[in-house]
Amino acid sequence: MIAHAIFFYIFSIIAVVSAVMVTVSKNTVHSVFFLILDFISISCLFIMIGAEFLGMIMLIVYVGAVAVLFLFVVMMLNVAQQKNQWFISKENSNHIPIGLLISVIIFFELIIVIGGWKYKPDLFDQLNLSIVNDASNTHSLGMVLYTDYIHIFQISGMILLIAMIGAIVLTFRQREGVKKQSYLKQISRERAEGVEVVEVASNRGVKIDD
Amino acid sequence: MIEIGLGHYLTLGAVIFSIGIIGIFLNRKNIIVILMSIELILLAVNINLVSFSMYLGDLTGQVFTLFILTVAAAEAAIGLAIIVVYYRNSGTIRVEEIDKLKG
Repeated sequence: MIAHAIFFYIFSIIAVVSAVMVTVSKNTVHSVFFLILDFISISCLFIMIGAEFLGMIMLIVYVGAVAVLFLFVVMMLNVAQQKNQWFISKENSNHIPIGLLISVIIFFELIIVIGGWKYKPDLFDQLNLSIVNDASNTHSLGMVLYTDYIHIFQISGMILLIAMIGAIVLTFRQREGVKKQSYLKQISRERAEGVEVVEVASNRGVKIDD
Repeated sequence: MIEIGLGHYLTLGAVIFSIGIIGIFLNRKNIIVILMSIELILLAVNINLVSFSMYLGDLTGQVFTLFILTVAAAEAAIGLAIIVVYYRNSGTIRVEEIDKLKG
């Protein structure tokens, strides 16, 4: 239990500090790196609490796909060069104290809710409703994911498909002045426009250099 | 303090959620950091769902975490595509200069 507490505090401190660094870091690339560190420590927490499938999926999806996508876009948009001129204008910064105030209020509301939480006394007696103890986490998730939640599962697949189509449609660009292969033109080419049959009189020869 | 319970995980989720909201409010640099703050908020929600699921012994929270993960990935892809298109059209993604809608 001591080891559990120590690991919890280590991972949560790393997560909180890197979340702060995501927000306040001046270089956007550093923000993405701290976001990756945040995801990794939170997935370690998930594995520690027993949800190892979600921890691994989190590593694969967030670190492997989403963070790399962020990094790709940050480096493609060349925001590091614009950084210097971004910090010149310091006027109309009156939204900072209001934003801080609202955030602190939200934080303390959440803390009040958590601190005043009262469990129903018989809650922990009827534990393990759907978590089968002899099956692994992945096994029991798969048992409910493909039976009870199959429609939501299919809908999430549709959402991913629509997101993929939308991203392609948004960023697709028809460039002007680029020579491309035109399949339709190639297929619909007739013999008459490609070959010319010339009647050549015998014993006269053909002039080819005019 | 040593016994790690549900409250510790919920507090961690609340802290990360608040940091995400601060990141949305206070950001003046570029809009990509705002998208990253939204990812932080979704991460905090995931922490809450998974910790409730493990402590209450109900798998529904983990299933919904899976779906939140799906929606977050789709949202990041669409948002970054919109940012790329906007940068191509206007040449900046600075938050203060994105005022074409005059909101």
